[in-house]
Amino acid sequence: MLNIQDVHTYYGESYILQGVSLEVKPGQVVALLGRNGVGKSTLARSIMGLTPARSGRIVFRDQDITRMPAHMIARAGIGYVPQGRQVFKSLTIRENLQVTARGEGQWSFDKVLQLFPNLRSRIRSLAGKLSGGEQQMLAAGRALVGNPGLLLMDEPTEGLAPMIVRELGRTIESLKQAGTSILLIEQQLNFALRYADVVFIMNKGSIVHSCTPAELAADSATKAKFLGV
Amino acid sequence: MNFWVLQTLNGISFGMLLFLLASGLSLIYGLMKILNLAHGSFYLLGGYAGLVVVQKTGSFVLAVFVATLAIVVIGVLMERFLLRRLHLQEMPQTLLTFGFLFIFSDLAMLIWGSNPETVPKPEMFSQSVQIAGFIYPSYRLFIIGFGLVVALLLWWIQDGTRIGAMIRAGVDNEEIARSLGINVSLLFTLVFALGAFLAALGGVMGGPIMGVFPGADFEVLLLGFVVVIIGGLGSLKGALIGGLIVGLLDNFGKVFFPEFALFTIFAPMALILAVRPTGLFGRE
Repeated sequence: MLNIQDVHTYYGESYILQGVSLEVKPGQVVALLGRNGVGKSTLARSIMGLTPARSGRIVFRDQDITRMPAHMIARAGIGYVPQGRQVFKSLTIRENLQVTARGEGQWSFDKVLQLFPNLRSRIRSLAGKLSGGEQQMLAAGRALVGNPGLLLMDEPTEGLAPMIVRELGRTIESLKQAGTSILLIEQQLNFALRYADVVFIMNKGSIVHSCTPAELAADSATKAKFLGV
Repeated sequence: MNFWVLQTLNGISFGMLLFLLASGLSLIYGLMKILNLAHGSFYLLGGYAGLVVVQKTGSFVLAVFVATLAIVVIGVLMERFLLRRLHLQEMPQTLLTFGFLFIFSDLAMLIWGSNPETVPKPEMFSQSVQIAGFIYPSYRLFIIGFGLVVALLLWWIQDGTRIGAMIRAGVDNEEIARSLGINVSLLFTLVFALGAFLAALGGVMGGPIMGVFPGADFEVLLLGFVVVIIGGLGSLKGALIGGLIVGLLDNFGKVFFPEFALFTIFAPMALILAVRPTGLFGRE
């Protein structure tokens, strides 16, 4: 589905991604873990073409997207749920979903609102007026109406109350059942372990470990070394 | 009494022309963060192009179409081939448009000379009309109505259409808009073209009452900036209200204090800025 091969990315003069390789297979939920500042969000930005990789290759559905413009990458089928939500604050919920709706697929406008009933009841509200949890649901819905084959979620649980995090977990479960592949960038270890099929750990700009969630749960040395828990 | 009504109508009709100019200025800045100083040139060249077409064909309607189209082409070329290379570099972009302002100003002088010209009014509105005891040029009334229609149309595009919502999404967060599949660079070209269109429209429509003359580009640009500063950058409502305020201030200022005409515009602007630094309808 998504194949990242030896990606090197610079942010200005800083050498952030120092050879990242990672694969997401169709239908898989892959968690990418790591401490703050190891380059997880930069990897997301490189995948989306916002901070393109200087070398290496990113292949999505047999198509090389490494140097495509961001909007073409999104249209190729990657739904981006950026860190910090970043919903369009001056647009209503309906408009947020309308501007990104694209293509035929299972995620129609109505289907997305079924998944997030809270959004339906406030469809005419400005997105800037929503709570953090509602904004997160909107950010996810906004990516889904584009009918992506892969959802790229960057720290969706950040700053959310435990109850909302559980709701988000249920959403990820139903997306998984619907066959959507997910690359989940996370800080909350337990959340990632619960929903992921495969776990990658990143440190100082490269992947240092990969295993199943069960293996990681039992491997306290790795957890202590790279995740600080 | 008669005097007040007539002068108010004069102010409003001029305000509508300023609105045409300022709405484009404001839209372009709102989405692309470009301070387009060549906007005055679009107005001036629009006026001259309209003049040529009316002189050649006698048709004002044709003049509106040809002049606006010509300026849109110039605007699109500027955006696609030059401004685009300096994306988000405000100073180089502003200087580039500043250069164009001078080039177009000299070119216009070279082609049309330095005598003030007036675009003949369209046949249909060449007479004055009598309403409720007043006699007033019908063309100025037409401009007021036309300006309102354009305002409604722009408002509908912005708030009522998907493309308008996409533009607002781009204003909100350009990068995220791109990464969710919105072709923001195409929107840039569309908005720049729309701005050029509106400025040229102002030039042609204003031709019969304001005239077309060397320096008109700088003059309307200055007033256009006052309008967006008062109304708030990026706000359509601000461009309309600000346009009317400046139109009225300019008109009454020239009537009552001809020697302080600019003061009557800039003093209220400074006052509004002191109270509301982002303008009446601007976002922080």
